[in-house]
Amino acid sequence: MTLVSGWGRFPVVDSDVLRPRSFEAVGEAVARVTGSVARGNGRAYGDAAIGAVRTIGMTGFDRVRSFDPATGRLRLEAGVLLSDLIDTFGPRGFLPFVVPGTRFVSVGGAIAADVHGKNHHCEGGFGRYVDSILLRTGQSETIEASREQNSDAFFATVGGMGLTGVILEATMRLRPVETGWIRERVISASDLDAAMRALEASDSATYSVAWIDCAARGRDLGRSLIYLGEHAGRDELAEGAAAFPAGKDPGLAVPVDLPSMTLNRYSIRAFNELYYRMGARRAGGNHVVSLYPYFFPLDSLSGWNRIYGRRGFLQHQCVIPEAGARAVLGEILDRVARRGDASFLAVLKKLGQGDGILSFPLPGYTLALDFPVKGDILNFLDEIDRLVVAAGGRLYLAKDARQSRATFEAGYPALSRFKAIRKSLDPAGAIRSKLSQRLFDEV
Amino acid sequence: MTSRKTVLVLGGSSDIGRAAARAFAKAGYDVGLAGRDVAALEPDAADLRARSNVEVGLHKFDVLDTASFDSFVSGLPALPDVVISIVGLLGVQQNAESDLAHATTIMRSNYEGPSLILGLFAEKFLGRGTGTIVGVSSVAGDRGRASNYVYGSAKAGFSAFLSGLRARASRGGVHVVTVKPGFVRTKMTEGMKLIGPLTVEAPVVGDAILRAVESKTDVVYVSGKWRLVMLIIKTLPEAVFKKLKF
Ligand SMILES: Cc1cc2nc3c(=O)[nH]c(=O)nc-3n(C[C@H](O)[C@H](O)[C@H](O)COP(=O)(O)OP(=O)(O)OC[C@H]3O[C@@H](n4cnc5c(N)ncnc54)[C@H](O)[C@@H]3O)c2cc1C
Repeated sequence: MTLVSGWGRFPVVDSDVLRPRSFEAVGEAVARVTGSVARGNGRAYGDAAIGAVRTIGMTGFDRVRSFDPATGRLRLEAGVLLSDLIDTFGPRGFLPFVVPGTRFVSVGGAIAADVHGKNHHCEGGFGRYVDSILLRTGQSETIEASREQNSDAFFATVGGMGLTGVILEATMRLRPVETGWIRERVISASDLDAAMRALEASDSATYSVAWIDCAARGRDLGRSLIYLGEHAGRDELAEGAAAFPAGKDPGLAVPVDLPSMTLNRYSIRAFNELYYRMGARRAGGNHVVSLYPYFFPLDSLSGWNRIYGRRGFLQHQCVIPEAGARAVLGEILDRVARRGDASFLAVLKKLGQGDGILSFPLPGYTLALDFPVKGDILNFLDEIDRLVVAAGGRLYLAKDARQSRATFEAGYPALSRFKAIRKSLDPAGAIRSKLSQRLFDEV
Repeated sequence: MTSRKTVLVLGGSSDIGRAAARAFAKAGYDVGLAGRDVAALEPDAADLRARSNVEVGLHKFDVLDTASFDSFVSGLPALPDVVISIVGLLGVQQNAESDLAHATTIMRSNYEGPSLILGLFAEKFLGRGTGTIVGVSSVAGDRGRASNYVYGSAKAGFSAFLSGLRARASRGGVHVVTVKPGFVRTKMTEGMKLIGPLTVEAPVVGDAILRAVESKTDVVYVSGKWRLVMLIIKTLPEAVFKKLKF
């Protein structure tokens, strides 16, 4: 048994971690115990990638099977990291269509969470660019699933948090790009209304996201910087600039857990003030920036999750349907600002319709906040959840470590359909994670 | 396209071998992968071809079958520019203490085979007047430890062979690189307790090998911290060293 946790380092639980070297060994690992789930690169925050009994590490499966440079279509093993795809195919003119806020996620993990990027509002989630998957089910079968073939299994696996089985391989499409640079425009918004208006008005921008200063209160509540982005063409680069920027390995690392004192309302306030002012100064014009800082601002500091101290932290990411969003987001931000110990920055963005049965996105606004694990935080978040549920919203499973069954059931009405498909793929219930035990397995 | 450089990786199916092959392919080298089980190398060849536009060839090679070395080298379609030996066997020290066959296999896999095959390539390279030879040895060869001296002593022999070969071959335009990776998270070390800050991932080693070849470095400790650690360990007096539980 090994102590395992997600990126938030909460909860920490015992699970038997296995790293099979062949697909046959994956099958054996699944078949031998009841209660296993696949793990990619462990970037889910909570307990999604921890098996009830056994956790199957997949990052050893990192081979590309084939690539067609004419179409950008790729067949690969599920453990390949997006960082690897970007480094390998970026210089050849192809990038993933969808990337989350860190590039250190596996293809399997990106499919299982149907991850969204800054382009979800117009281009959808990761699953949209996946044509088919090779799935090892709990029933010890290996099936190919696509929109046409075994389509139930396909749509339950996209966004299904590993609970339909282990994704072994996938066929996906990459986006042809001229360069690895992004033409960025920063808009500063003085409050929440302005931020939401700016996102609304930028619906046709390929990439858009708002960083909210969640220490700001009163008149400034929801003040933020909105980052819009478009892929830059070759003619937009400075003379002599390489078409593809150099990707740096995360240089700085956080070597130890910082005492949780480091993060307090004063340091957070100060950081946010500085961040907002520096960003606001850049507002207005277009800048061409490398894809790395644009998409993955946090990746330059490896192990930044240790900033929150030994007890870990929680991310709360909700999505609220468009209609009621303004009022609820205002209420949440106000409570968070009054509390004072929330994240450095909150992220606000517009989402479109999700594709998978359990995919998180729905048309509306998503807000993500980080909280160190301490004090009455669990109660506080339960209260926030009540607001989310009342507004018809839901929480993102890839970030969740604590929501209640009731919150989950209210947010995911398609759960019964998902359960039925899961049952048909895995009648004996061999696939189980700590998350599924917490939220919906029969006990 | 004829001017493309070629690298031959002996032990191509190991994690470090795969990582090195990827690093060289990315840098534009055509790649030869050599291993005992050629069919098992197919997926890695496909991976390299999909990732880059280079040519990938597969060759059957068994490091224990020294009698076949001559024909292996002469049977290659062309003499490579760079040859890398990543072959090795950690084995089980406790078993090797009483099982002579096991100890022999460890010694031959880490010293005899790699040294003989690289020696053979050195002759060919010297005849041509160019070439780079890379031997992946181990920090375990810097000083014998109670917990793995069978493996360590074979690596020590291999390191000594490489350093002697380097001294001789450099006069003939041939460069020899010794790589001492320290702890690497691979199949070989799976389940072992590795010290986090001293442990690297295989791709880091692959990139380090490419860099060493291109910059003509002689001895590479993949993580700089190891150079210091081994310096201390090497200079500890034997009387102190033998008392350490290590
Ligand atoms: C800094 C940071 C920023 C982030 N930003 C975003 C963002 O902008 N948008 C977003 O959507 N997400 C974001 N995330 C979350 C992250 O994208 C997801 O959690 C993703 O699933 C992590 O992938 P992973 O390979 O690390 O998977 P893991 O965390 O290891 O696993 C995640 C889930 O995928 C399943 N899984 C993994 N591999 C397989 C497989 N081979 N077969 C079946 N199931 C599998 C696991 O069972 C688990 O349920 C962010 C995370 C971090 C740390």
